[in-house]
Amino acid sequence: MPLLGGLVLALFGHRRWAPELNASMSLCTLVAAAFLTARIIADGPMTAFHEQFFVDPFNVFLVALTTFVAFTTTLFSCPYMRTEAKHGRVNMARLRLYHSMYQFFTFTMLLCLLSNNVGVMWVAMEGATLSTVLLVSLYRTPASLEAAWKYFILCSVGLAQALFGTILLYFAAEKVLGPGVTSLLWTHLYEVRGALEPTVLSLAFVFLLLGYGTKVGLVPLHNWLPDAHAEGPTPISAVLSGLLLNVALYAVVRSKVLVDGALAHHFSGGLMMGFGLLSVVVAAFFLSRQRDIKRMFAYSSIEHMGIMTFAFGMGGAVAAFAGLLHMTVHSLTKSAIFFTAGHASQATGTQNMDDIRGLIQVSPAIGWGLVLGSVAILGMPPFGVFTSEFMVLTTAMHEHSWATPFLLVALGVAFAAIFGKVQPMVFGETTAPRLAHGPALIPVFVHLTIVLILGLYIPPYLVAWYRQAAALIG
Amino acid sequence: MPLASQFINLLAALLLLIAFAMLSQRRVLTLIKLFAWQGATLATSIVIVAWSTGQPHLYYSATLTVLLKVILIPWILHRLINRLNIRWDVETLINIPTTMLVGIGLVIFAFALATPISQTANAITRSTLGIALASVLLSFLMMIVRRKAIPQVIGFLSMENGLFFAATSATYGMPLVVELGIALDVLVGTFIFGIFFFHIREQFDSLDIRHMEKLKED
Repeated sequence: MPLLGGLVLALFGHRRWAPELNASMSLCTLVAAAFLTARIIADGPMTAFHEQFFVDPFNVFLVALTTFVAFTTTLFSCPYMRTEAKHGRVNMARLRLYHSMYQFFTFTMLLCLLSNNVGVMWVAMEGATLSTVLLVSLYRTPASLEAAWKYFILCSVGLAQALFGTILLYFAAEKVLGPGVTSLLWTHLYEVRGALEPTVLSLAFVFLLLGYGTKVGLVPLHNWLPDAHAEGPTPISAVLSGLLLNVALYAVVRSKVLVDGALAHHFSGGLMMGFGLLSVVVAAFFLSRQRDIKRMFAYSSIEHMGIMTFAFGMGGAVAAFAGLLHMTVHSLTKSAIFFTAGHASQATGTQNMDDIRGLIQVSPAIGWGLVLGSVAILGMPPFGVFTSEFMVLTTAMHEHSWATPFLLVALGVAFAAIFGKVQPMVFGETTAPRLAHGPALIPVFVHLTIVLILGLYIPPYLVAWYRQAAALIG
Repeated sequence: MPLASQFINLLAALLLLIAFAMLSQRRVLTLIKLFAWQGATLATSIVIVAWSTGQPHLYYSATLTVLLKVILIPWILHRLINRLNIRWDVETLINIPTTMLVGIGLVIFAFALATPISQTANAITRSTLGIALASVLLSFLMMIVRRKAIPQVIGFLSMENGLFFAATSATYGMPLVVELGIALDVLVGTFIFGIFFFHIREQFDSLDIRHMEKLKED
């Protein structure tokens, strides 16, 4: 498995001085991941390194998404971080910290996705937290320190719960598979999941859901999320929102599949649906009260993670398909929005939405990027978010009709809140000077175009791929 | 092996006692000492489990615990409070007797939660799972009621101790790869906490978490 080795080496290279090097590292990772994906599509699932790593359609899909967004984010971060340095918000030492931590963060996320070992997955997840904490507090302002501290404490405590869940899982598995590393491997656990002790497993799932759910940002465990997104540098907000939340949700879904095999009734799905619905509704109502642009879109992330959790909780092929599609389009759209929001606040010198006006006059690209991004994230056709939300809603109507009104009301409220705030920011007169340098908006329009294409037409091989992944978790 | 089992039960009781002592402790230095003792108790219990069940990998994990949690981390914390020159008493949000009462409630809850699982355990350490869960919850409580940054961190670390105890008592320890990974995370986490203390002090001139309540919904 030389591909994975190359991947890890590419990520561990030290001392990145220039943003370009950062970007090229991510490009290498992307290429490696593309090869891996191609192999999986051709050959089917496989394992490597004494079964310590495994790849199946579900996680390879996330690997591809993660590396792609990580790469485009580095493209965006090149000019963005340069400008920040010029404004004196970061110095060279911090830039170095930023770049090396960025690569470590990508590495831990990939490790988390590819690991076959439940324990190693936990370690990687904690590693992802540790590597981003110092990034959130990169500007060293009181607000960013507070956000990072909150992020650190809440996520560590949450993950401690997940560790307890993992221990319980091992406890149950050890009875069937015997002590040793094999009892913690997903592939082995899936084979014997019917034989595992149901009471222990349901308790383990509760702990795992609480733990990784903290990281997904499920209400009521979401407190860290808006702060960390609003106070960190924009590229970090983009990867936190677009990628880390997905990875955490991946962990939850994996545990759910395992627990569903052991329990006869719909215990885990019900829990996930409840948490998901609560997140959607609460986040939608918080949206209208935000003043900070990044904070508002952070709440929108909570809302969308809620939709995905709800979709995966419903289970079944269609809902899982919709959940996966939603993961893709949300990652792409949300990171695009954060890119434009970052440029907007850089251009106007504030993150307060009341002070941002007339973006189209400042720079048409930023203005239209924000409009299109918001329209896409709000689930307007023809964008891909519409497709996935529509699928979630129709499935909900069929199977759990009680939930549909909540979802519809929440989506309506979110629409009113975001659209009402974005519209005055973009149109109208401005006091800010025109941008001296061109914004790096290629990633934004690439992302939005992909989302648009996914909304209009999903290529058949992609459908087949999603179906395979959905069959694994549905 | 009833003797080993007795010993482990004794150590488990000791662990619970230390957790309560930490909850009621007002001084930071004593808190760190108690944390080191907790690590030592944990390591002893791991050694006994290793000896009585003949699991060699547990010796490694005991060594790791001694190195990390009895020597290294308390030493780092000592240096930190010397460098930061802080020896104040710990302030709590709720008064200590109330905290203790809540703690007792948590212990009962933990035992109730752990009983069905313990039924299925055939380990010599059956009755200790409840205690492990209880000490995790007590550390959790400590993190909630403490107002300063360092006691919060100690609460976090002792939660990790409780989790390790759960791992040894329920399953004779996790596989070594995982334990090493967790230990690495804890170590890196402690360093980051240390860096954080300096940043926080630089910005706020104090390690009081009360200064950090600016970010909320208005």
